[in-house]
Amino acid sequence: MENSTTNYKIELNFQATELRLGLPGSDEPEKRSCIKSNKRASPEVEESVTKSNCTSSDGTSDEQDSAPPAKAQIVGWPPIRSYRKNSLQTKESEQTDGTAMFMKVSMDGAPYLRKIDLKVYKSYPELLKALKIMFKCTIGEYSEREGYNGSEYAPTYEDKDGDWMLVGDVPWDMFICSCKRLRIMKGSEAKGLGCL
Amino acid sequence: MRRMAYSFPEEVLEHVFSFIQSDNDRNSISLVCKSWYEVERWCRRKIFVGNCYSVCPSMVIKRFPEVRSIELKGKPHFADFNLVPEGWGGYVYPWITAMASSYPWLQEIRLKRMVITDDCLELIAKSFKNFNVLVLSSCEGFSTDGLVAIAANCRNLRELDLRESEVEDFNGHWLSHFPDTYTSLVSLNISCLGSEVSFSALERLVGRCPNLRTLRLNRAVPLDRIANLLSRVPQLVELGTGAYSSEMRPEVFSNLAGAVTHCKQLSSLSGFWDVNPACLPAVYPTCTRLTSLNLSYATIQSPELTKLVSQCHNLQCLWVLDYIEDSGLEAIAASCKDLRELRVFPSDPFGVEVEPNVSLTEQGLVSVSEGCSKLQSVLYFCRQMSNAALITIARNRPNMTRFRLCIIEPRTPDYLTLQPLDMGFGAIVEHCKDLQRLSLSGLLTDRVFEYIGTYANKLEMLSVAFAGDSDLGLHHILSGCENLRKLEIRDCPFGDKALLANAAKLETMRSLWMSSCSVSYGACKLLGQKMPRLNVEVIDERGPPDSRPESCHVEKLYIYRTVAGARLDMPDFVWTMDEDSAVGLS
Repeated sequence: MENSTTNYKIELNFQATELRLGLPGSDEPEKRSCIKSNKRASPEVEESVTKSNCTSSDGTSDEQDSAPPAKAQIVGWPPIRSYRKNSLQTKESEQTDGTAMFMKVSMDGAPYLRKIDLKVYKSYPELLKALKIMFKCTIGEYSEREGYNGSEYAPTYEDKDGDWMLVGDVPWDMFICSCKRLRIMKGSEAKGLGCL
Repeated sequence: MRRMAYSFPEEVLEHVFSFIQSDNDRNSISLVCKSWYEVERWCRRKIFVGNCYSVCPSMVIKRFPEVRSIELKGKPHFADFNLVPEGWGGYVYPWITAMASSYPWLQEIRLKRMVITDDCLELIAKSFKNFNVLVLSSCEGFSTDGLVAIAANCRNLRELDLRESEVEDFNGHWLSHFPDTYTSLVSLNISCLGSEVSFSALERLVGRCPNLRTLRLNRAVPLDRIANLLSRVPQLVELGTGAYSSEMRPEVFSNLAGAVTHCKQLSSLSGFWDVNPACLPAVYPTCTRLTSLNLSYATIQSPELTKLVSQCHNLQCLWVLDYIEDSGLEAIAASCKDLRELRVFPSDPFGVEVEPNVSLTEQGLVSVSEGCSKLQSVLYFCRQMSNAALITIARNRPNMTRFRLCIIEPRTPDYLTLQPLDMGFGAIVEHCKDLQRLSLSGLLTDRVFEYIGTYANKLEMLSVAFAGDSDLGLHHILSGCENLRKLEIRDCPFGDKALLANAAKLETMRSLWMSSCSVSYGACKLLGQKMPRLNVEVIDERGPPDSRPESCHVEKLYIYRTVAGARLDMPDFVWTMDEDSAVGLS
């Protein structure tokens, strides 16, 4: 297994065969730093990396996020088909008392989704507060006329018909019944939804 | 010498070629000379298109006018795990319409990960008079209404297999549309359907089809009806039960056990949803005949599982949940000496409990690798692994051809030494010289890719997640692995350099998928510009990549070789980088 090929040798060949991007003579250092940092790592994943480097991993990370207790789920991981997951979940939800109402929440630009239990909240302000904490984002004040105008993000949800609606328009009880999943949209995109 | 080519009449050549079924061999034949090319193309009956966008239907039809059987694959493999956004593509409609007019004698259609609508199904039912086989694997876009058309019109249908497809299931009435005169069914797989099919229609159907050998039922079929069904099909070879639970009234149990015993050819069992352990012994009479057993939905504990499986001395293929535990796998290693394929799925994939809920570790896999000398294909989900275990497995099983290991927590190191698992996977590729498929997991540095690039000469498909340190990792793979066809990568720090330096390699492969990596939009454009025979698809749900700086990383990238040019059916979150991409200007 001891291979004498050095890293540097291969990097030199890089330069010989590389298709250059940009003007000749332009630097590489910029790109190199681009490549080294793991753009997609969230704080939690980074933390669990350092943690697992020093302690033996038993498959869970010890520290929890300050947000709700549900463990962060990475999209598409572990690699199990949905029908298999559903098959297991059906069994589990039959065993629990069925009053929880977990919803997936995605945020534009975030590497993975979260889940929240809608039944825990009694009103929009409570829900929005929880979302703000969970995703560390700002969501402005809701107004019927302007939606969440003026804030960086706007909360939206997919209803039973498959349409994307702005959170806050309908009474809370109606929202609970029709909400299938949530998505925190970037403000610029949500402008289209905000009505004006 | 020139006379050699004309010394055999075409009919003789055609007859000789008819013995050659393998696609690779057929392709080789067609390269010998022009006349062989011509003869071969007229007598090719079976076509496999691994990527439906690599060629267009008209090109296929033009070259091969007499095709009877076609297999197409659409979406990339990672679509199985929701990494490919809804609406990406994989529509079979253009193929069906083209074939409807050009291949009236088409008999078989096999699709994987494609979108097929009810209109397509109707078109199939009406256009191909001799239609025999429809296999829809992990497909979507259709409903039970489409199945009505198939059932009602395809008089010579032998095989209808909907494995793992997503079907809009209105009701089970479609099955009743098979006419009373229809008797040719050989294989039926409806395990993915939700609603109850009309039970009397099902009983009559199976009763009048003397060649039926495969019957995979769906969850909604109750256990107490199985016995009756089986009594009408004593020749059955493969059975998928519905939900395997009921109050086990004594007569239900004895009827079932009796029916099962009566099916002397039964060698494959699956289904077993919602298992009531008390019902399991009913299938014990089949155990010694079983070669294939799928218990991956059976949420029963180790003792009952072990008791069942360790009676299956002729078992070749086992799919099971991790409830089997290390102890169960040890028993299997001792009793199932003919085992070739093992898949262990996680019962608690999201780790809701702090402590693992089952005692399944690397030891189970090591035991099986020791005891089962024919083991060649492994899919194993677990929570801990060590280099030592992997090295042992590699040394035990140099005949391994498919090795997929999923350590559930990303970047988990060797639990004994806390080192990366590079050495372990290195041993796998070094010892298993015929390894065709490999999936990596755990903590891995660029080193493991160096091993793979150096040793994995027969590797055709590689799946990588949360691994590597730099572009060097990707470079090792792309500059080695001479037989690599499919590479899929997610969440790795691989970027522009390795990709651009190895651009030519990409034309020798079917496809490359990279998501949540560090490839810039600029590099994608450059690649698309330099490599006209590749489709470089940027998939990004944040909006047009032009609206962000060129150095910005793309969300997802799918690159595949094609002779069809950029496709025209892309949704608004997919962009194909082509020759017109301006570089450096935006």
